[in-house]
Amino acid sequence: MIRVLVALFMIGATSVSADTLRLAVTTSFQNSGLADVLLPEIAADTGISVQLLVVGTGQALRLGEAGDVDAILVHARAAEEAFVAQGFGTHRREIMYNDFVLVGPSDDPAAIADAQTVRAAMISIATTEAAFVSRGDDSGTHKKEISLWDAASITPDGGWYRSVGTGMGAALNTASAMSAYILTDRASWLNFGNKRDLAMLFVGDPALFNQYAFIPVNPSRHAHVRHAQASILEEWLSSGKAKTLINGYRIDGEAVFTFNAE
Amino acid sequence: MGEIWEGLIAGFWLVVSLDADLVEVTLRSLQVTLTAVVIASAIGLPFGAWLAIRRFRHRRATIALLNALMGLPPVVVGLIVYLLLSRSGPFGVFNLLFTPTAMIIAQVIIITPLIASIAHQAIRDIWADYHDLLISLSTSKIQRIKTLLWDGRRALITASLAGFGRAIGEVGAIMIVGGNIDNATRVLTTAIALETGKGDFALALGLGFVLIGLAVAVNLAIHAIGQTESEGKW
Amino acid sequence: MVTPILPLTMSSAVVKRRGQTLLGPVDLDISAQGFTIVMGPNGAGKTKLLRALHGIERLAAGKVTWQVPVGDTQDRQAFVFQAPIMLRRSVRDNLAYPLRLRGVAKSEAFARAADWAQRVGLGDALDRSAPRLSGGEKQKLALARALIGEPDILFLDEPCANLDGRATREIEAILKDAQAGGTRIVMATHDMGQARRLAEDIVFLMHGQVIERGPAQAFFAGPQTPQARALLQGDIVE
Ligand SMILES: Nc1ncnc2c1ncn2[C@@H]1O[C@H](COP(=O)(O)OP(=O)(O)OP(=O)(O)O)[C@@H](O)[C@H]1O
Ligand SMILES: [Mg+2]
Repeated sequence: MIRVLVALFMIGATSVSADTLRLAVTTSFQNSGLADVLLPEIAADTGISVQLLVVGTGQALRLGEAGDVDAILVHARAAEEAFVAQGFGTHRREIMYNDFVLVGPSDDPAAIADAQTVRAAMISIATTEAAFVSRGDDSGTHKKEISLWDAASITPDGGWYRSVGTGMGAALNTASAMSAYILTDRASWLNFGNKRDLAMLFVGDPALFNQYAFIPVNPSRHAHVRHAQASILEEWLSSGKAKTLINGYRIDGEAVFTFNAE
Repeated sequence: MGEIWEGLIAGFWLVVSLDADLVEVTLRSLQVTLTAVVIASAIGLPFGAWLAIRRFRHRRATIALLNALMGLPPVVVGLIVYLLLSRSGPFGVFNLLFTPTAMIIAQVIIITPLIASIAHQAIRDIWADYHDLLISLSTSKIQRIKTLLWDGRRALITASLAGFGRAIGEVGAIMIVGGNIDNATRVLTTAIALETGKGDFALALGLGFVLIGLAVAVNLAIHAIGQTESEGKW
Repeated sequence: MVTPILPLTMSSAVVKRRGQTLLGPVDLDISAQGFTIVMGPNGAGKTKLLRALHGIERLAAGKVTWQVPVGDTQDRQAFVFQAPIMLRRSVRDNLAYPLRLRGVAKSEAFARAADWAQRVGLGDALDRSAPRLSGGEKQKLALARALIGEPDILFLDEPCANLDGRATREIEAILKDAQAGGTRIVMATHDMGQARRLAEDIVFLMHGQVIERGPAQAFFAGPQTPQARALLQGDIVE
């Protein structure tokens, strides 16, 4: 009996083998489906099996600070730079970008499809008090949304502004159920399966640029982190092969990511 | 309505085609939860029995605490276990965070009070029945607990099954401490949460039906074992 | 030869509940040999007295003394409760239980259980669930379970209350056998005929006090107290 228990217990304890690496990524990255393309290639080329922890940006940074992951791949520049400045990460390596888009009901009551800039689109939503769903979870997407409201000098509140405090998928589900506007990354949107009446209404403003960066957790803070593997992964992610795979990745025939590692 | 139907069909095909991911995730669900139930039962059943037969000063307070712990929100348990097992936490050196072991620990904490509490009630009834006889036969404490556990085994199996039901369907805590890592710590419930997040309701529902089926199957199996074992005697 | 545990002496024993005295003070000797019948109306304290002698009732005062330390007597006493207590097991497992507690091997315990089941007329019921037996069958099972450990002293609290005439006769025969085999018997009963058939001496209780005590023949021939006289005449005693 005891022996069976110990055996069962050990299955858990030994599941982290030498050549695994824990990478905290954001929901939007996971939902893009790009990981499903990259991870098998990474495993084949480097022998590293990458375990993805899919969390919000805030939690990803916390996991890195605590040393619970070996590296993070997120998209919230200010927070990333603070993370590195505080010594939690060794450095920040830009890998690729995609863009955010504004999604909303196809009849577009705030008429954002005709807006010239994202600033104008946000003002239009706020002034018409059209329903808007916010992630409200301190994620990169949420931080981006806040910066857009700030740039438009708007403090969103009132019944039309729904902060749901969940991940991208759940927030999209809410927006879909309420026929509300929402800010999302393009990949999550293209992969989202419950679009109903929602449509992609505003794209293309450079302010919606969404840079992903890779940050290895600092081994001088946490001696146990797999820094060597993190370095190998970083090298792979900025390689020509990664470039081909990332630029070539399509959802419904649309390119989603642009490789820009140097 | 249409989505529920699609979910049923999706679940049906997942099972019929013995989808490799489904099999893996299901086995992991079973492994984690059954281990947690065995450990929680090994702690909770004797503890419940002990509480039932033992008079001590803070007994009432202990029982009240136990009943309160039953209502502990799993997410809170998850967060606490996470902080304990985190590399920066007190047990960080064991490197258990984001492993099935961490999920087992969280589930044990969640279901032990439930199992102990149900066991306590069941054993208390039998003890009231047996008290005079067991005292008259000058049984030792160990003998008493053994007798009560054995004769109360049906009720205790029910207690363990209640623990199983709560653990197999739990998502909040194991999401936090397990991390829902593909091929490592993904189980049925966290997979359902993931697919729901992607808006793939049919697949999420399909997994949900597999989960329900699994829970029913385990319950039936255990009751069947209990029946055959005692048919002759009862 | 093991040291005998009897005679047994109870001195100034008092049982209280919530400040109310339910029994005593009682002084009582239980000699090494014999068959003692405890009589008295409902609520007189018969059950309390037997339990106090057996050592499962907390005494507010007084004590019960055996010839050996009380710890050494426990395996050599047995008690049959007024309401039989059935373990939620088969008849066989109920009978084997006291033996298994003492470390008797399973096969031997089961063999002796089968033997005792036969003796009390439960030979065909070995595999049945004990809690589902009839009231009378339960009492027989409880008796057999008490005797299976071959106790030096057996306390019985109205063991024939639910039995028909024939079963009562069988039980009485078993008790006499046990007595012949060296078991000291102390038994409470309301059945006057049974008392006359079995008693060697009588303890008569009222309101928690022993009001009359003596050899059975003398008691039945010439009771000393008006209450005992009334009881023997078939009057209602209160
Ligand atoms: N736990 C208790 N609390 C209070 N009173 C009690 C308790 N147990 C017994 N008594 C009382 O003590 C008295 C003696 O009880 P006991 O059971 O010894 O009577 P008895 O002579 O065996 O009666 P019967 O012939 O009905 O079996 C009764 O009045 C009973 O109500
Ligand atoms: Mg009585």
